[in-house]
Formats: sequence, C-alpha cells, structure tokens
Amino acid sequence: MSLLTVRNLSKAYGAVQALADVSFTLAAGESLAMIGPNGAGKSTCFNILNGQVEPDAGAVELEGRSLAGLRAHRIWRLGVGRTFQIAATFGSMTVRENVQMALLSHHRRLGSLFSAASRAYREEADDLLAQVGMREQARRPCAVLAYGDLKRVELAVALAGRPRVLLMDEPTAGMAPAERSELMQLVTGMARKSNIGVLFTEHDMDVVFRHADRVIVLAGGALIAQGLPQDVRMNPRVREVYLGGDLLAEARANA
Amino acid sequence: MSASAAFLQLLNGLASANSLFLVAAGLSLIFGVTRTINFAHGSLYMLGMYCAVTLIARLGGGALGFWASVLLAAAFVGVAGAAIEILVLRRTYAAPDLMQLLATFALVLIIGDFALWAWGPEDILGPRAPGLAGAVTILGREFPQYDLFLIAFGPLVLLALWLLLTRTRWGTLVRAATEDREMAGALGVNHKWLFTGVFALGAFLAGFGGAIEIPREPASLSVALSVIADAFVVVVVGGLGSIPGAFLAALLISEIKALCIGFGQVTVFGTVFSLSKLTLVIEFLVMAVVLVLRPWGLLGRAAAPARGPAVLEPRLPVPSRRALYALAALVAALALVPTLSTGYTLVLLTDILVFALFAVSLHFIAGPGGLHSFGHAAYFGLGAYGAGLLLLKAHAPMELALLLAPFCGALGALLFGWFCVRLSGVYLAMLTLAFAQIAWSIVFQWDALTGGSNGLIGVWPARWLSSQSAYYYLTLATCSAGIALLWRILYSPFGYALRAARDSALRAAAIGIDVRALQWAAFTLAGWFAGLGGALFAFAKGSISPETLAVPRSVDGLVMVLLGGLHTLTGPIWGAALFTWLEDTLARTVNYWHAVIGAVILALVLAFPQGVAGFARQRFARRGDDA
Amino acid sequence: MKFRQLTAALALAALALGSAHAQPIKVGELNSYKVFPAFLEPYKKGWQLALEEINRSGGVLGRKLEVVSRDDGGDPGSAVRVAEELIARDHVAVLMGEFASNIGLAVSDLAARRKIVFVAAEPLTDKLVWQDGNAYTFRLRPSTYTQVAMLVPEAAKLHKKRWALVYPNYEYGQSAAESFKKLLKKAQPDVEFVAEQAPPLGKIDAGSVVQALAEAKPDAIFSALFATDLQKFVRAGNLRGLFKGRAVFDLLGGEPEYLDPLGDETPVGWWVTGYPWNQIRTPEHEKFLKAYEKRWHDYPRVGSVVGYSALHTVADAIRKAGSTDSARLIAALEGLEVQTPFGPIVYRAVDHQSTMGAYVGQLAKKDGKGVMVNWHFADGADYLPSPAEARLLRKQ
Repeated sequence: MSLLTVRNLSKAYGAVQALADVSFTLAAGESLAMIGPNGAGKSTCFNILNGQVEPDAGAVELEGRSLAGLRAHRIWRLGVGRTFQIAATFGSMTVRENVQMALLSHHRRLGSLFSAASRAYREEADDLLAQVGMREQARRPCAVLAYGDLKRVELAVALAGRPRVLLMDEPTAGMAPAERSELMQLVTGMARKSNIGVLFTEHDMDVVFRHADRVIVLAGGALIAQGLPQDVRMNPRVREVYLGGDLLAEARANA
Repeated sequence: MSASAAFLQLLNGLASANSLFLVAAGLSLIFGVTRTINFAHGSLYMLGMYCAVTLIARLGGGALGFWASVLLAAAFVGVAGAAIEILVLRRTYAAPDLMQLLATFALVLIIGDFALWAWGPEDILGPRAPGLAGAVTILGREFPQYDLFLIAFGPLVLLALWLLLTRTRWGTLVRAATEDREMAGALGVNHKWLFTGVFALGAFLAGFGGAIEIPREPASLSVALSVIADAFVVVVVGGLGSIPGAFLAALLISEIKALCIGFGQVTVFGTVFSLSKLTLVIEFLVMAVVLVLRPWGLLGRAAAPARGPAVLEPRLPVPSRRALYALAALVAALALVPTLSTGYTLVLLTDILVFALFAVSLHFIAGPGGLHSFGHAAYFGLGAYGAGLLLLKAHAPMELALLLAPFCGALGALLFGWFCVRLSGVYLAMLTLAFAQIAWSIVFQWDALTGGSNGLIGVWPARWLSSQSAYYYLTLATCSAGIALLWRILYSPFGYALRAARDSALRAAAIGIDVRALQWAAFTLAGWFAGLGGALFAFAKGSISPETLAVPRSVDGLVMVLLGGLHTLTGPIWGAALFTWLEDTLARTVNYWHAVIGAVILALVLAFPQGVAGFARQRFARRGDDA
Repeated sequence: MKFRQLTAALALAALALGSAHAQPIKVGELNSYKVFPAFLEPYKKGWQLALEEINRSGGVLGRKLEVVSRDDGGDPGSAVRVAEELIARDHVAVLMGEFASNIGLAVSDLAARRKIVFVAAEPLTDKLVWQDGNAYTFRLRPSTYTQVAMLVPEAAKLHKKRWALVYPNYEYGQSAAESFKKLLKKAQPDVEFVAEQAPPLGKIDAGSVVQALAEAKPDAIFSALFATDLQKFVRAGNLRGLFKGRAVFDLLGGEPEYLDPLGDETPVGWWVTGYPWNQIRTPEHEKFLKAYEKRWHDYPRVGSVVGYSALHTVADAIRKAGSTDSARLIAALEGLEVQTPFGPIVYRAVDHQSTMGAYVGQLAKKDGKGVMVNWHFADGADYLPSPAEARLLRKQ
C-alpha cells in the first residue's frame, strides 16, 4: 500500500479550475517531484493535502485513512509536515525558538501554562538545526535571515514533527546551485533512511532530474504526465506545455 | 403597523441613511487606502455641523447662503483633514499598527475641547433648509421635504463617488491602493499625496455629512462620539473599503431602526416587548449577526493573502534577571507606600494597579496574541458586576465574590471569543466591540438584576479589608500576582504558541497548533484576568454602573496598552500608570484637560511611536538580538 | 518644551495650594463638567457667585469658605476616586455637586461609607433619597417623581383619554414615564396609554419616533426628552404636524438650558416645568438676578439657581451646626430652611429631600425665542410624598 493516495482531486476558485481530477500516489521513502508552470495548481494541491483548503471533490488518504474534512493541525498530527512556497516562519522568534515551537507541539506541550518554553527541547532543536546547517544561527531572529536560510529553518521545523509525509513547496528557492544540491541530497537521504515520503515542487529542472525518484507534471490544473524522470523528460506533451515554453524562454533570456 | 405606516417608516429610514452613508464612506475610503482607523471621524462630522451652522448665520438663510455654507463647511473640514494627515498621521504610518488609532483618539479629545471653546457648551439648532422647509403629504401623512431631498441625495453621492473611483486616474490609484498597497507602490504611486488626498476627501465627506444634517438636528458636542460608533458599524457591516457596501449597510441599519421604532411595543406570547428600546443596541446586533455569518461584511472581500512574508512583529525577549529584580523592587517599594503615606495616594495607586492588570490582560491577547480587542471592558465589567451581584443578590461573602467574579469575565469571553477568533484584524476588533456593546446594553436594560443605568451601590469589601491600606495591599498582591502570572504564561509553551499563531497562522497550523482553539483559550484567559480587575475595581469603588463595561473603558484600555507599547512586556503597566495619573492630575488643574491629555498623547505618539516602554527598550537595552 | 511648561504650571499650582495659611472651611465640589457643560457651566457660575457673597459677608463661623472644585471624570469610578481625594487629601468638610444619577448614587454611597455629608445638587433619580437614601446624603433639586407630580394636575385637567409617551431610555426617562402613568391613572382612571417610545439618550431618530407616535393617534403626549433629543423631536414633530391639536407635556422643556436652543422652533402651548427667569418678580429672585447678571453678564439658567442654592445650603448648615462635624451637620441639615432665588426651601428630616419647587407653565414664542407663559410656582412641599410615605420608601 502506498503511503499517500490522492484520488480525483478537484478545486475551482470561481471560474478558474485550479485542480481538475488529479490522482497520484506517494510511497514511503520515495521523493516525488511535482512540476508545472506557474498557476498549474501545485500550491492548491499542497494546500489541500495539508488541510488548509477543502477540495470540491476527490479524496486524500494517508495509509488508507481518509483526511477529508480534517483541519491543518489535525493532519499534521497524523504525520504530514510541510514547508511553504513563501517561507513561513515565526518572525518574532529566533531560529531555535521556531524549531522548539514545533517540538513543543510534537510533544503535545502547548497547553503548558507555566513552564519556560525557552528551555524546552533545546538540544533536540539544535540537533535538527545542525542537520540543516543552521546550528550557528540558532540565536538569530528569523526576521533577519537570508531567504535560503529561512527555507532551511522551515525544513528543520517540518522535520521536528517526525513526519511520515513531507510536503515541500520550492524548498531550494533563494539558494545558490551548490546549496540546492546539498539540501536535496539531505532531504532525499533522510527520506530513504527514515522511510519518509517526500513530495516537492521545484523550478530548477536540474534539481528535479537529479534528485527525484519520480516526477508528476501538472498543467492548467490537470495531471498530464507522471513517471520516472527520464521518461517525463522525453514526454512530448510535457515538452510542449512546460519544457518547451517556460524553460526555453528562460534559457533564451539567460543566454 | 399598517402598510402605509410601514412605507413611511421605510422612507424615514432612507432619509436617515444619508448622513450615515456619507460619514461611513469617508471612513471606509480612509481605512481602505491608509489602513488608519480614524477615531476622529465623528469629530470631523461634528466640525462640519458647527462650521455650517456658523456660516449659515453669517451668510444669511437664503438658499444660496445655506448651500454655500454647507459646501464651505465641508470644504473647511476637508482642509482640516488634509492638515491632520500631513501634520500628524503621516508621521505615524511607519509605527506599529494601531498607533494611528491612538493618534486619532488624541485628536478626538483635542477637537472636542476646541469645539467647546469655540462654540460654547449649548447645542446650536440651525434653521430649516430654505426652499425645503415644509412638508408634503404622502399617504395622508406629512413628510418633510428636506427628508425627501436627502433620500435622493445619498444615491447621488454614491454615484459621484463611483464615477470618481472608476473613471478618473486618481480613483484608479485609490482603488489599487485599497486592494493592494504593495502593488500600488510598485506602480510608482506617490503614497504621500495619495494618502493626503484620500484623507482630505474622507474628511470632506464627514464634514458634508454633518453640514447637511443641520436642518434635522442641532450641532452638539456629544454628536462626535455617537456618530463615530455608528459609522464604524456601517463600514464594517458593508465591508471595509467598499463604498457600495457602506451604502447598503447604512440603508440596512437605518431601515431596521425605523421599523423597530415603527413597531414600538409588540406583544409576544403575552409579554410586552419594546422594539423601540432595542434601538439602543440594534446596530451592534446587526453587526454581530453580519460578521458571524459573513466575516468580511456584506460586500467586503476576504483580505488577499499576503504575498511577501507577513508583517514582522518585533521580538518579545525574555526579561533579563536585572529587569526582574527591578520589577520585584518596584513591588516592594509599592508595598512600603502605606507606611509613608495614606489616604489619596493609596486610592490613586489602587486605581492604577487595577488598570494595570486590566491593560496587561488586554495586552496579552492584543500584543502577543495579535487579537485586537476593542471590547475588552466587557470582561472587566462582567467581573465587576459578577462581584457586585454575588455580594448583593446572592449574599455571598465578599472574599468568595472576589474569587468567583473573574469567572464571570471568563464566561463572557468564552462565549464571545468563540465567534471572535473566527475573524481577524479589524473585523475581529469590531466584533469584540459589538459584543461588548451588547453586554453593555443588557446590563443597562436589566433593571431588576443590574440596577439599569444607575447600577449597583453598596459593593464594599469585607470588614478586615475596609481600611484603605488593607484594600491597597489586597489590590497590590492580587494585581502583581495576576500580572506576573500573565507574563509567565507569555513565556510558556502556550504563550509561545500564541505568538506563533499571530506571526503566521498558516505555519502555526502546519506544525499542529489548533490556532482557533488556542486563541479562544487565550481570549478566555484574558477575560478571566480582566474580570479579576473588574471585581477589585468594584470593591474599591463601592458601586458599579454600566460605564464599567462601556466603549470608553475599552478605549482607555487600548490607549494604555498602546501608550506603553504594544510590543513590549511591561509597556501596559507604564501606560496604565501614565494615563491614569495624567487624567487625575490634569482634570484637577486644567480647564480644558481633555485637550491637554490629547496633546500629551499626540506628543508621545510622535516622539515614541513604539510606545513609551518600547522607546526605553530601544534606547537602553539591545539585548536579545545578537545579529 | 510642552512638558517643561506643564511641569512648571503644576509646580506653581502646588505651591499656591500649599501656601494658603489661613484656615478656611473647605467644601469639596465635584461634577461632570466635561460631559454636561451646557448645564454645568451656569451651575458653576451659580456657586461661584454664592461663594463670593458668603465670603464678602464674613464667611462662616468666622472663617472663609473655600470650594475645592474638581471634574469628576464623567463616570462613577473616577468620581469616587475624586471624592476620595477631596476627603483624604483636601480634608473637605462637606461634599457637594453631581449631575448624573448614577454618579450621584455612587458618590452618595461613598459619602455614607466615609461618614461625610453630601449635598447632592442635581441628580434627579428618586432612589437617591428614597430607596437608596442614606443618612449622609441630602438632595436639593426636586426629583423626577416630584417634577412629574407637578405636571400631572395640569394633565388631568385636560381630560385627554389617549396618551402617548416618549422618554430617553435610561433610569430618569423610565421612572418619569412610570410615575406619570401611575399618577395620571390615579387622577383620571379612564386614561389609556396607547404608545410608548424609548429612544436611546442623545440618539433619537426623530422622524421615525414622531411618525410612530402619530400612528397611535393619541390625544396627548407626555415627553421626558431634553437637550439634543428634545430639539430633534420638536423640529420633526413640527414638520410632521404631530403637535397639531394635541396637548403635549414635556418634563424639563421650560428650563432655559433646553428651551433657549429651540428658538424659532419652540412649540407653542406645551406644558412644561422650567424657569421663566425674566418674569419672576419676587424680591429674592430680583436680588439674585441682579447679582448674577452683574457678576457674569449673562442670564441665569436653572443650573445657576441650583449651584447658588447648593452652596448656600452648605454655608447655612455649617452656621447652624456651629461646626463641621458630620453628625452635627446632619442634625443641622434636617429641617434646615434655606433662602433661595425660588423662595425658602426646607430640607425634610424624614428623607433629606429639599422642598425646592419649579415653575409650571406653557411654552410660547416671543421674538423668535421660547418663553414660558401662564406659569405658576409649584412648591415642592406640595408634591413630595408625605413624610409617612417617604419613610416607607426609605429602606433603612
């Protein structure tokens, strides 16, 4: 049985069909890349998966358990962690406090009224920060971090919940190419080691084809292709709507 | 009510909606573009009335003189609005949100005293409108010509505003800025002059609304406060920033009012129920219902999700050991006061301590919690009434009443909070206000239980606490403990989660925080502590009346928190001390003490936009940030 | 700069207070000057005039009288604090003042607690001397009930059957309406009350209220409206012909504070209680009027008379008591007769209410201004509940 099963997911905002009948699965230990041009429906899909948005139709199951109607915080408790396309951290807190926050939630200590939060799970938080290379910056306020560093903090925060499924919306945005590779290596390694299913979106095709086990392609809200990276790369429809359009234009602009 | 009577009442409602719409449209425009909650809007309306009535007396009562006076008065208020924007508000946009609110609150005080000085205390009833001074017969009833004119006038203003906003370049900029400030910035809109222009237009509309009301009601000092409350309700019910929404809401509220009055007393299942008395609170009932059903008002739209990282709230560092020692020393010093001085010092300090607890409980949800409550006095008042009723009606011992009373505050907060935490921003603020007004009106009306507008007397402490110093010690101990507890909670996992939910509700939910439940709990907790403050207040005064939970007390609380600094820890206690002391001292020594308090607050806002404690922190301590 | 000036001013004020070396008798005066300026500015002028008179004639008990006057902040909580300050810091012998009923009650309760005499000048609520009366509180003005009782005989004389009522929705208006219904029903058992409107204070929707009253087709109307509400109601009623062919009674409409702003709009023929200041020819009033106009270059309002008489009450009580001791002051005040511009009044021992009266008459227009005509003086003593009834009303 796959870890996460997505069946016939649809969502419309007014006249705009953001997602149309999308189905896919994610296996434990697998790194699945979701690609597609802007507005393809990737973020909508993520928002449905973690319970922020209600789908119009379709089902999401985690190990056979339906996630329908559950709010975001409940879905997280079932083991679905995520990072956001635009990094979302707690700006008034330090890097370490952000991770501590997630750990407190994970250990169900949020109702504690009188203990000192700043002393809770410090070592555990620092370990997680060390994993993503942010240990040195643990005491800095999140408000002053570089964008790439925020993304790392987000990853540490997401990992603090010991997720079984990790949803990562553009995890490497704002990083230098070398950093990207390093971070994705870390993520995919972790996925394999801890049997986590990782679903990530990514604009950098290098990252996608180097690190993804499988790729699914969205365009205009519909799933147009899925398969192994090399198969998807060769898929003529994908080349047409995606690689042919955006990427070529980008390549031309860069040249 | 017969059908023809109902029709006439609907016409009355239409006529009343006109001024309400004008003033609300201005408020809505200003909020939409500058994000300023302009408390002084009612004062601008009042200025419009006084200017118009003065000008009419000067220019003569002919049609030309009358209409020229109305327009000139509105224009004058528009210019005054521009001046206010340039001299005051422009300097506050960079400050944390709600600081503009504090500045405009100061303006209310200043403008009110200015009008008292310039026009005297007596109401001034203007003349009827020349040419429209009589009545026409509609369905056998006399109906004022001027009211008919107003019925036609409102839609014309709506049309004019719509044309202005959709057919001119300036209007396009205004709409762009309303919908998306960042984008407007990217389009190269000159913020400064756009803001000034919008504020002037909003003020012009307020002044116009006031001036055009002259044939129907006298210019009076009290109009400022009653108009501002109604205007807020209309703006929020209509949907922030939506001019047609404001029009619709003004109509809706005026019509419901007119019908309530038209029905008068109705008998339901044998009991006489006065719908006429319901007009005391009807607009707030409407607002509460609308916000519960449509969290963004009738025609408002959900705020676009922020594209950039959310507004960054400043850190709330753990207080240093030295700061804690200083606070402990302060409490110790306060404990020594009764040995040095008795009598009035203790009375004033008791008040300050109670208000400090009240302000800290508000700060708990408004600062770190990000839930800007405009109705926090409701819980303070419920605590006070709880204490009074337990003592007087349930004949409970005073000590027991004091122990149980906070739960009345908590219960109120539990009930209202459930609805409030479903909203955010100004909508949440206005829903808290609506609930506070509803609570107030129940207390105000329920003569048999609460003593109605007169309130309850004879709420005195137990014998062993009856000396001033004994009660002072009780207050000092209770308030210090309450404040310490609330601060402790702010640094507990619960408090951190509260800040997390404020910083980014999405992220908070995505790490398993049930944001609503958390905020609901915080709301209730704050209500408990506010109720504790209220109970202490009741026993200190020996009496309670509905003012304890009325809007001005809520506003006082906000002013204390903002004055001290929304994003500091100890700010609320300094704010409470400063405000209470200022009021006490100035009321004694200065005739126009409202204006002086206003001036002091304004000076503080301009000098210390982070609040007094915020300023001190920036200036003297840079710990916490090792960046 | 602003701060420095303020501090300097405060320091000076403190110095001035501290250096007063004579030992005057202090009267603590507090009122909501910022909330009800239209009534309270004349009131202040009234007691200021009285103070000057008292001290010119040698003060009391050979000492000067000093009034320590404070704004009470406009709510009961602040008022109690201000009263505490007057008692504890200024060591005043007597408290005096107040306008709003809820604040009056709060201060009265505090006065009893601190065992200091409180001469309540204005608060109209019946409860102040009856249900919630206490030993330390004395009230000058006729209360809501008494003023209503003054109007009822005139109302009963008209034999109107269908009555409509309109009153501001708080204790004063509610109890005015209730007293009116009770008293009129007693005087004229066949009376019917066909409509009742209770708009919120200061926020009447006059057009709607006027029309709703007209729909009930009453023969007569009783109103307890005043100030802004009254003006809006009168204009809307005039425009819509509500008052045509109907008898109208307004409880406070003849008081210059509320009558003068009506100007040209003054409704002719209304029955009111009030104060026709320029038509009263009694020697005591002529004397007061002359002194007041000379001192302030303004004419007196009801508030002026109240302020003036309140401070004279205090001075007379201290004289009679021969001391500022609270117990002796109470004994002196019980049965004390005071000369006021309205003639002599007596503070009844049974309920501590003075017998101050009011002028009952009809409104008329003269040179575009409202005046009272057909008026007579209604002595409070004739309308107050009998001592036996009053004793029953008082809980203690």
